[in-house]
Amino acid sequence: MTIDRRLVLKGTAAAGAAALAAPPFRPAAAQSRRETLLMVSENPPNSTDIHGVGANRPAYEASWNLYDRLLTFGVKKDSNGNDHYDYETLLPELAEEWDLRPMSVTFKLRRDARFQDGTPVTAADVKWSFDRAVSVGGFPTFQMGAGSLEKREQFVVVDDHTFRVDFLRRDKLTMPDLAVPVPVVINAGLARRNATEQDPWAMTWLRSNPAGSGAYRLERWVPGQEMVFARNDAWTQGPRPGLARVIWRIVPQSGNRRALLERGDADLSFDLPPKDFQELQAARRLKVISTPVENALQYIGMNCERGPFTNVKLRQAVALAVPYQRLMEQALHGQAIPMFGNPAQPETAAWPQPSPFTTDLARARALVAEAGFPNGLDTTLSFDLGLATVNEPISLALAENLAAIGIRVTINKVPGANWRNELLKKEMPLITNTFGGWLNYPDYFFYWAYHGQNAVFNTMSYKNPQMDALIDRARFAEDRAEYEAAIKGFVAIAWADVPRIPLFQPNLNVAMQQSIQGYRYWFHRQLDYRSLSKTA
Amino acid sequence: MMLAVIARRLAAALPTLAGVVVVTFLLTRALPGDPAAYFAGPAATREAVEQIRAQLGLDRSLGMQFLGYLRELARGDLGLSITTGQPVLSDIVARLPASAELTLLALLFAALAGISLGVLAALRPNGWLDNLCRVIATLGVCLPAFFTGLLLIYVFYYLLGWAPAPLGRLNAFAAPPPHVTGFFLIDSLLAGQGETFRSALAQILLPALSLGIFAVAPIARITRGSMLAVMSSDFIRAARAHGLSGRTVVIAYALRNALLPVVTTLGMVFSFLLGANVLIEKVFAWPGIGSYAVEALIASDYAPVQGFVMTMGFLYVLLNLAIDLLYRVIDPRMEVTA
Repeated sequence: MTIDRRLVLKGTAAAGAAALAAPPFRPAAAQSRRETLLMVSENPPNSTDIHGVGANRPAYEASWNLYDRLLTFGVKKDSNGNDHYDYETLLPELAEEWDLRPMSVTFKLRRDARFQDGTPVTAADVKWSFDRAVSVGGFPTFQMGAGSLEKREQFVVVDDHTFRVDFLRRDKLTMPDLAVPVPVVINAGLARRNATEQDPWAMTWLRSNPAGSGAYRLERWVPGQEMVFARNDAWTQGPRPGLARVIWRIVPQSGNRRALLERGDADLSFDLPPKDFQELQAARRLKVISTPVENALQYIGMNCERGPFTNVKLRQAVALAVPYQRLMEQALHGQAIPMFGNPAQPETAAWPQPSPFTTDLARARALVAEAGFPNGLDTTLSFDLGLATVNEPISLALAENLAAIGIRVTINKVPGANWRNELLKKEMPLITNTFGGWLNYPDYFFYWAYHGQNAVFNTMSYKNPQMDALIDRARFAEDRAEYEAAIKGFVAIAWADVPRIPLFQPNLNVAMQQSIQGYRYWFHRQLDYRSLSKTA
Repeated sequence: MMLAVIARRLAAALPTLAGVVVVTFLLTRALPGDPAAYFAGPAATREAVEQIRAQLGLDRSLGMQFLGYLRELARGDLGLSITTGQPVLSDIVARLPASAELTLLALLFAALAGISLGVLAALRPNGWLDNLCRVIATLGVCLPAFFTGLLLIYVFYYLLGWAPAPLGRLNAFAAPPPHVTGFFLIDSLLAGQGETFRSALAQILLPALSLGIFAVAPIARITRGSMLAVMSSDFIRAARAHGLSGRTVVIAYALRNALLPVVTTLGMVFSFLLGANVLIEKVFAWPGIGSYAVEALIASDYAPVQGFVMTMGFLYVLLNLAIDLLYRVIDPRMEVTA
């Protein structure tokens, strides 16, 4: 025992004080700080390859900035004057121009485009990448299929800089589907050199080794902690990005993300609870941008194939029992667009549009009796625990009102890992959930959510041949009036049969320092680094 | 002699580790989530989920899966984490030092504070210091570690701005030091990077403090009790009667004899902290193995959970061995047997 305890204590305290007093940034780093964005989020990307098995949403963001696609969307101002991608304008990215024919489209590729290792981008790379997307299965193949891009034979190399896509059918979604995050162009030569016999598409290698031509290079990736991007100065597919570096740090605790923003240490964050956004908006120190998520709805779904809600009267009763206004205030803190209280017949072909329902407990009670449940009934209400900040208050408020009309519910919280599996089984009688489509078309939404093909998103197993006929007509209609009539038709059926009750259109919120310029809303809800810049 | 003891103890730990392997395998399979549905993505059809299930090898019988798992384990392959996309072994190797560094520093702090408080309290039973010790011990135990963490962040980072942003092991603009031990405090000194060392130290202070406060309580209580017993024994009275200085009596005679139960407690506290700092890691964005295991658990990602439990089991075995050996150093009368 020769260590002097007090000396040790004094020593630790002194070192501690020195560390606490150390400035957070070196003065030399201040200049580059102005060209560096520090963003914080809850969940880490698990891949840089959007085609990878289980690639998560943050991984889409990594891929979006590391890779280029043939096409991209234009930009417009939304009603608040913020930049918003424009789904009606397709712009060139790796393709310089294109020639759209009834049954094919031919792209001329940029001649100056190079991958980050210096090799030129050729039509063979595009074909390999698209072949990969339609072959590996899972999400990429599914998303390509949404634009009728299904077979490798559709992708044709004409010459080094000319690439053709042959259509299987005329589908208005084919062209926009080439500008979504999935059809990235991968450096095929590089990827093939790192493929193996068991892994011909280099799934393992590309997961952590991006091989793209994008505006940003991957500088460092510490899985689960941070991803650092550096500007690719050789990028010519668009205007030179304003940020030299983007540092993406994972901060699991939402209170800390808010503290980091408020102290000015972090520049930008998406993931905050609605209440925090409301308070930040009121405080006005930070820039908070709210954008309604296009073509997305939070809803109450009722199982139309088994259980009590096969009875349409009972479904209508639930629609009149929802405490709509209270949900907006208590669960959402006003951070969403209400989707209720419209006239009974749809007046426009817009989507999402408010339902004709309002809270009317007396009529709801009468409908429950009419449906043949004079003594009420017992059932369960399920939600995804992974999104409990919003789902839990909704479920509690709904359960309270349902009890008032005689529907006694047990709340079933399903862990995030199990939610999709439960959805696939289609056994839950009553759920609250959210669904949004990347491509902003009403018929696209209805095709996945209401069509009798019974996709996983038709969580109610709703089947109605009349509905299906109208959806199919709208999907392939070439005449505007016919298209809009079909939309109004299927919306009216959705209100009459009410397999799902819309609650609200969620907002995508982002909070950032006042110095950040050029934020743009994208349908994929991830951050595009290329348009951002920082003023001193 | 010492080596023989170590070898015998390690051999005796083998059945324990085998048990850990079997139990973790079964437990992860009993989890409610379905990894295939989770990783098939939001748009998956039933067929797509089955396809993923086959890819993950989850369509085979439990026995076959276990055999495959053992085969890979024998090769040192802990499998692939689907949440981070990396091999579990490299994930754990990268994250274990972060947890260990934090835990060791917290333990150092807790031991210094706990033993000092305990000794001082024992010297004046029921004096103001003893009462202070009691209050701190009670508070330390009843405030959950994550709450202390959030409170410290709120005061020292958000209000006062003294502490750096809770962004993990280094501030966002510092690069990690070259890897030697994985302990940033040591590696940065070895590389002579004063700036990095300061950043790492500033980052680790608050989490180590919040974790440490939690552990002060048991250490202080045990030290106090053990010191009280020793201080009233004959050899202390003899030492005093011989006119030795108070300092020598307390530190050289009493503390050394009172230390044995304290070391046992330290060992328990250490193993407890290593596993239980999950929440602190979450709060401070600390990239340790605790938060790693929890994230994997949420995603029903089997391999990292199995790897985590295996690693912890192995660490506990080593830790117990180290404590037994330490006993002999402190008190040569102790017999260490297998």
